[in-house]
Amino acid sequence: MATIVVDVMLKPEILDPQGKAVASALPRLGFSFATDVRQGKRFEITVEGEPTAAQLAEVEIAAEKLLSNPVIENFTVRVEK
Amino acid sequence: MKIGVVTFPGTLDDRDAARAVRYAGSEAIELWHDDADLKGVDAVILPGGFSYGDYLRCGAISRFSPVMEPLIAAAKGGMPLLGICNGFQVLAEAHLIPGALTRNQHLHFLCTDQKIRIENNTTAWTSSFSEGQELVIPLKNGEGSYQCDDETLKMLEGEGRIIARYVGENPNGSRNLIAGISNERGNIVGLMPHPEHAVDALTGPGTDGLGFFTSVLKTMVSGGMK
Repeated sequence: MATIVVDVMLKPEILDPQGKAVASALPRLGFSFATDVRQGKRFEITVEGEPTAAQLAEVEIAAEKLLSNPVIENFTVRVEK
Repeated sequence: MKIGVVTFPGTLDDRDAARAVRYAGSEAIELWHDDADLKGVDAVILPGGFSYGDYLRCGAISRFSPVMEPLIAAAKGGMPLLGICNGFQVLAEAHLIPGALTRNQHLHFLCTDQKIRIENNTTAWTSSFSEGQELVIPLKNGEGSYQCDDETLKMLEGEGRIIARYVGENPNGSRNLIAGISNERGNIVGLMPHPEHAVDALTGPGTDGLGFFTSVLKTMVSGGMK
């Protein structure tokens, strides 16, 4: 079994109020390291055996059609060992 | 005139939408998300709520419901289609209208009687209003902030496709105070506030919302959107 990870993030130009809220909560807890926080989604997709190139190509299509909204989001696909 | 009202799992406002349709003098036809048949309706409303629990993104899963396939084809052919709130999100996810609805800028769910101004009274769903007419109808959403890129915004402004704008303070962070937009032809309209909750003085802030439902009747009687 392997895991294909799809990370979905809002495009840089799209306002991320959730990330902003997290960024402003950090200093309240005494953490001063963050200049900005962006919040995204991570999908862990389990497949039988090693993912094939064809499977990865299908995941790309699924990520574009369903897992992300290309109008406001970017995504990356990778295999996690 | 038969107007279909789609119910997805998690839809809330289908009954109010059907009631508004009847108040305006049309027949409301119930459409179920799992039916790939539009039952011969002349127009369709995608009502508000939390279809599929708003999982993934609002409207992202509903957009692939069986009913959406004939609906998208019919709407592309000119059939009037109104998406209210969650319905607006479904239209955006289906790419029937440009842009996307994102989390309110202030992150809070809001529920208020909102003043809006009709900016374009030539669409299938706004022809009963006068241009510049101000209405008060309920606005209730968590993800109602309309976002699009600069080029799209310029195109919407230039083509008069912003059909309604919020009046006063921006309630949710929508670009250019956008409350509703249409497709190029004007038969498809997405609207964040809820006209179906403002059709009876007993249960709403007034009857300002009724005009959206009488508009489509008028449009259909006069031969639809060219």
